[in-house]
Amino acid sequence: MADMTTRLRGVSFPNPVFTASGCAAAGRELGQFFDVAELGAVVTKSIMLRPRSGRPTPRMAETPSGMVNSIGLQGPGIDAFIANDLQWLSDNGARAVVSIAGGTSDEFVELTRRLSGQPAVAMIEVNISCPNVENRGQVFACDASASSRVISAVRRAADPRTPIFAKLSPDVTDITLIARACADAGADGLSLINTLLGMVIDTDTLAPVLGGVTGGLSGPAIRPVAVRCVWQVHKVVPHLPILGIGGIRTGLDALEFILAGASAVSVGTAVFGDPNAPMRVLAELEQALDERGFDSVADAVGYAHLSKEQRVARVSDADRFAAASQSAIGTD
Amino acid sequence: MSSARSGGPVQEQAEIFAVAKAGDYFQFTVIAPQIAAGFKPGHFVAVAVGGPNTSMLLRRSFALLGATPTDDFAGTVQFVVAAHGPGTQWLVQRKPGDVLDIVGPLGTPFPLPNAPVPAVLVGGGYGTAPLIPLAQQLIARGSDVEFVLGAASAGRLYGELVAKRTAGKVSVTTDDGSAGTKGRVTDVLDEAITRVKAEVVYACGPMGMLKAVGETARRHAIPAQVAVEESMACGIGVCMTCVLPVRGDDGKSRLVRSCVEGPIFLADRVRWDDIGRLPADIVGADAMIGH
Repeated sequence: MADMTTRLRGVSFPNPVFTASGCAAAGRELGQFFDVAELGAVVTKSIMLRPRSGRPTPRMAETPSGMVNSIGLQGPGIDAFIANDLQWLSDNGARAVVSIAGGTSDEFVELTRRLSGQPAVAMIEVNISCPNVENRGQVFACDASASSRVISAVRRAADPRTPIFAKLSPDVTDITLIARACADAGADGLSLINTLLGMVIDTDTLAPVLGGVTGGLSGPAIRPVAVRCVWQVHKVVPHLPILGIGGIRTGLDALEFILAGASAVSVGTAVFGDPNAPMRVLAELEQALDERGFDSVADAVGYAHLSKEQRVARVSDADRFAAASQSAIGTD
Repeated sequence: MSSARSGGPVQEQAEIFAVAKAGDYFQFTVIAPQIAAGFKPGHFVAVAVGGPNTSMLLRRSFALLGATPTDDFAGTVQFVVAAHGPGTQWLVQRKPGDVLDIVGPLGTPFPLPNAPVPAVLVGGGYGTAPLIPLAQQLIARGSDVEFVLGAASAGRLYGELVAKRTAGKVSVTTDDGSAGTKGRVTDVLDEAITRVKAEVVYACGPMGMLKAVGETARRHAIPAQVAVEESMACGIGVCMTCVLPVRGDDGKSRLVRSCVEGPIFLADRVRWDDIGRLPADIVGADAMIGH
């Protein structure tokens, strides 16, 4: 069995399958279906300083192999989150990756300070890329210097032992420029990717479907975009761990992200269709790694970047493995 | 596929036992013993559509018409489907023996009075489905129950016969007069409330109907417990899609999830005219400004 442990900048997780921010609330509901402590981590819905209503309905439209949402970061605010949600995660033995969102650098810093010293917080994901903000100009991750400002401020404010991951948007001309800026600003890793900005128009009412007009596109429809982003970013900042996100529905989908350079993955929209998806993806990923002769997740990270010669060496190993199992079956 | 933790919802691979046409609707009976075991009137299920490699990711939710717990045979649950779009069209083409991926029981069931209380149950279209098991429970507790069923046309009515068998008294209205009285359920609701001296109204159907039923109940100074239909993505409380503005016990209004806190609400707590809007007094609306 492959070693499923993954390390993200000094923090060790028992496996690389996490939930995705906004797709698992704070774990409690999924806890009705499986033990959340068995996940690599629960990535919580982006939390802001104050309680926030979110956008008016309709908030969702199903699209081919995906959906567009304009929830608008509905949430209880950081204090209630710490008292209720983080406490629940802690009581249930889950590792929490807390996603934070703010309108200004100062808000991100304040959120980080409130989380400092909370033992359940394994990592902080800085959501600088939510498309559901009033003004698209406020999407920090569309601008390298704005991204850099937020990330360096959060890094300074955070507990030094807590890794800080910047969650980036694919809706940019060159994601590697933003990735480099975040790396230079002290990000310990990157979460790739947030939703793509999308829109659906109802051809009966002749008007936009979503209350928020535009929304974030997620689901398997965006997976190739996400894999491309992970690939490009891993190439330019290979030392930086990546949490791969975008349309993962199966263990092979997860493996694709790992081969592209992700050290862990988040299962997001798939949860809406299958509440057990994260545990199923974990089991399928473990099997897929075994079948390919990988001894560990770490061995597979970025594997698709290897030269043909390097890959051939590994493939022949895997062939020998396959041949061995074949003959075992043959002689049975 | 999974085991229930703390008696909550489960995901079951449920073989279809029967599919029966009922007017314009399809009534499914599926073998789902764990869901059947937890069933209470008002619960719903979320059904995966389109098969394993489908491009339709989201489940479709249906109120449960009833459940038969495991006895000599494995437990079953029943629900009613209207073929609206591609997902439900796929569903109604399934045959007995096919397997459906179902999550349930979901939602907070109808609150039941402790003592026998006369009640009128108002069903719009296939919104009658969850009211049938509710009527059975109310009657079993000694309550007088009368049904009012409405729909756009005769074909869109559901459950008239079973409602009659269950409660005896059923009034029917259709918008086009193709069955019962021409008009809306609220045209006959006053009489029904007066006739049974109702102390509560239960309703399930389109939002406009629920609002109107709530107004009628308020005129009679009795509560209306209504099951709302909001568009959902997950059905289990994680996606925050199916929210609507509801006044809480503290007088403050919040956007609450109809899948978990609902789908049943007291009609006069729902701010019907503010659905799809964001009034300034909703908790957290102030935080939306400028971001």
